[in-house]
Amino acid sequence: MNEGKAPALRLAGITKRFGDLVANDSISLTLRSGEVLALLGENGAGKSTLVSILFGHYVADAGTIDVFGKLLPPGDPAAALAAGIGMVHQQFTLADNLSVQDNIVLGTQPLWSPAADRAGPRARLLATAEKFGLRVDPSARVASLSVGERQRVEILKALYRDARILILDEPTSVLTPQEAAALFATLARLVAGGLSIVFISHKLTEVLRVSDRIAVLRAGKLVATVDSARADASALAELMVGRTVRKPVARDHRRGERVCALTHVSVEDAEGARELDDVSLGIRAGEIVGIAGVSGNGQEALAELLSGLRSARAGTVTVAGNAMPADPRAWIAAGVARIPADRHSVGIVGDFSVWENAIAERYRTPFASAGLLRRSAARRYARALTDRFDVRGAGIDAPARALSGGNAQKLILGRALTGGFAHGDDFAPVLIVASQPTWGLDVGAVAYVQQRLLDASARGAAIVLISDDLDEILAIADRVAVIHAGRLTDARPTGAWTRAQIGLAMVGATQTDVVTA
Amino acid sequence: MRLEARAQYSRTALVVAPFAAIAFTLVVAMLLVAWAGAPIDETYALMFDGAFGSRFAWSETLTRATPLMLTGLSAAVAFRARLWNIGAEGQLYAGALAAVAVGGLHGGTGFDVPTYVLFPAMLAAAALAGALLLAIPTLLRTRMGVDEVVTTLLLNFIVLLFVSLMLDGPMKDPTALGWPQSVALRDELMLDKLIPRTRIHTGIVYAIGLAIALAFVLRATTFGFEARAVGASARAARFVGVPVTRTMMIVAMISGGLAGFAGAIEVAGRTGYVTLDMSPGYGYSGIVIAMLAGLSPIGVLVAAIFIAGVLVGADSMSRGVAVPTYIADVIVAVSLLSMLVAALFVRYRIRRA
Repeated sequence: MNEGKAPALRLAGITKRFGDLVANDSISLTLRSGEVLALLGENGAGKSTLVSILFGHYVADAGTIDVFGKLLPPGDPAAALAAGIGMVHQQFTLADNLSVQDNIVLGTQPLWSPAADRAGPRARLLATAEKFGLRVDPSARVASLSVGERQRVEILKALYRDARILILDEPTSVLTPQEAAALFATLARLVAGGLSIVFISHKLTEVLRVSDRIAVLRAGKLVATVDSARADASALAELMVGRTVRKPVARDHRRGERVCALTHVSVEDAEGARELDDVSLGIRAGEIVGIAGVSGNGQEALAELLSGLRSARAGTVTVAGNAMPADPRAWIAAGVARIPADRHSVGIVGDFSVWENAIAERYRTPFASAGLLRRSAARRYARALTDRFDVRGAGIDAPARALSGGNAQKLILGRALTGGFAHGDDFAPVLIVASQPTWGLDVGAVAYVQQRLLDASARGAAIVLISDDLDEILAIADRVAVIHAGRLTDARPTGAWTRAQIGLAMVGATQTDVVTA
Repeated sequence: MRLEARAQYSRTALVVAPFAAIAFTLVVAMLLVAWAGAPIDETYALMFDGAFGSRFAWSETLTRATPLMLTGLSAAVAFRARLWNIGAEGQLYAGALAAVAVGGLHGGTGFDVPTYVLFPAMLAAAALAGALLLAIPTLLRTRMGVDEVVTTLLLNFIVLLFVSLMLDGPMKDPTALGWPQSVALRDELMLDKLIPRTRIHTGIVYAIGLAIALAFVLRATTFGFEARAVGASARAARFVGVPVTRTMMIVAMISGGLAGFAGAIEVAGRTGYVTLDMSPGYGYSGIVIAMLAGLSPIGVLVAAIFIAGVLVGADSMSRGVAVPTYIADVIVAVSLLSMLVAALFVRYRIRRA
């Protein structure tokens, strides 16, 4: 090795197969000392597999990993830790009921031994935090921390173990815009302090902003490595997807009457905790109202309420002027198209065939008479549906489980938007309740789903778009309301918000704070 | 080593799985036969002969298969909807008791109505008794989340004690010389023999008819759609508007009803009265049969004949060589475990690290 100038990390020819799927195809990659390298790629491009191999969770079928010039033994997380690799997972790995210090120290020394030295680790922890400007209170319970603070604890946990290489897996997916900005500042300090960073993301803008170099993965292959300074967003998008992606286009159209109204609605969970608190919202025909917020702030309750799965503890919910009961059938019958957040376990029945899923919302009418399924009509409809909505990957008799995320979502979208052709070909939903409709989809499918929503709104559907992806909401919503701790702000025109204001509302700043921000 | 879900599993594998499980079971049983010191080939030949080797053997096997078909259907329909009814044994006894209560307590306390009324009333009472017995655990499950595996299983013992109480009390046969057995069904309520000079009775026609009906209901009706959807994914079923609780209750009524019906068929087809040992675990064997059949109603018919053959064949074999009949219980139990493993391999594959 050339005297101390060895790269932080060198991957050579890493290949990993799962059955017929080649998740990583001979990937060679170098992380230079003191740089931020972004791993950019769509879901399923092989980013997570690569990182899991790096961290010893998987053993590569071929290839080697050098850390600071030394060969890393495969399949050994302890060795990866010892070599100085620290990992911040997308799902935090913290114990809620322990203090920050205990979480960080956990695994390096026994926690509950009466002889445990607590002052020493505390001092070391504070020194580390000081050095990188990461403010924490070591004795705070993790349960009381915000998401951004928890992420800071995760980073500190890695630093406490003397990590010299930090891997962050989709670190901004749970953060508000402000928290994300704070994270980027932290990363800059970490690099200044001598760390090397691998930043995994599928978001172009933040990758361009935070990284020195960008490695683009597509379908398990490394397709390009570019300097961030010389990269441009649309070229990167094409590299990532492998073809030109058309952005969804909104057509100009008139807004109509109010279709759906929530008036002082509260929803409680089984234990009586408020999940929605005095929420009021009106949605007019032809408009898209985006519900922004950090996940876990009542979005699920709102989506379930508007799908007929939950009942309101107080307040009223109306569609086209009629009060709606908590019965999915009533909502379907009222012409509400519902797209659930969990497409694989709620949206489809995995063990059912594609055609059975296609008619699942309307298996009584029109796809049955006298209690008997109208099999051939159902299959005809399913064929037309998969055709028109471009559902690929499985025939109508294959189990729906075989569909990829994007194709499953197209199936769900198709059956919701066509209404089983119950009213002939020109069925149009009056209201669409779309919950995380593009989460985890590849770029092509994202554009497809968004375009379909825009088209439906142009045809007069009122749309509630509940999404954790602020960019998506800003891109296609006409009005935006922010949800925090079950409370919903007024829905204001998208242009009337700044990102900073939305970020503040996402963490629960009051209306006046937000407007004056 | 870990299990990895297969994205798509083949239909061939689904069909082959039970046969592979049975083959494995017979190999395991071979070891036990060898341990008992008996010649393996002769033992198996005797078993096969005793089960399927003659007209008489066939008639005995089919007689034994009749209640097993019904309890197998009971388990299959419940398991399809992920209602884990382990209580077919108790439901069978409840049905048998109800059948005798309607069709046996005559001469002063019973019902004096024509046979064409009494016979269906007897069958209906039996089915209803089984259905109601399963309705309780199902309500507890849907309303309060009480695990029905525990409640249905434990209800079996309660029912058996209740039967014992009735056989020594209100329903005791005064002419039975003190044996704990119930009064007998009226003669005209007994099922006809299907083949003269054998024990095989028309109950098997009911069982086959019900299997075909059930297969049709599950496949072609909206209710079948609902039941299968609830079993495959209760959350998804609820989302698309399937009334999950109601579907569960109807499935419970069908499942419990079939097991109760099995009790009536056993009484009316074979014994004529209720005893505490009238079922050698038909309810539990029904679970094995349903699993071997891959929860398919038509498959249940075949699996029931197989299990009945094992039971009957083992009886006959034990008279020829020194292997106890318990080998039958071992085969039934091991075939369930092998089937569960085989079903796992249909859905998952093993991978190294």
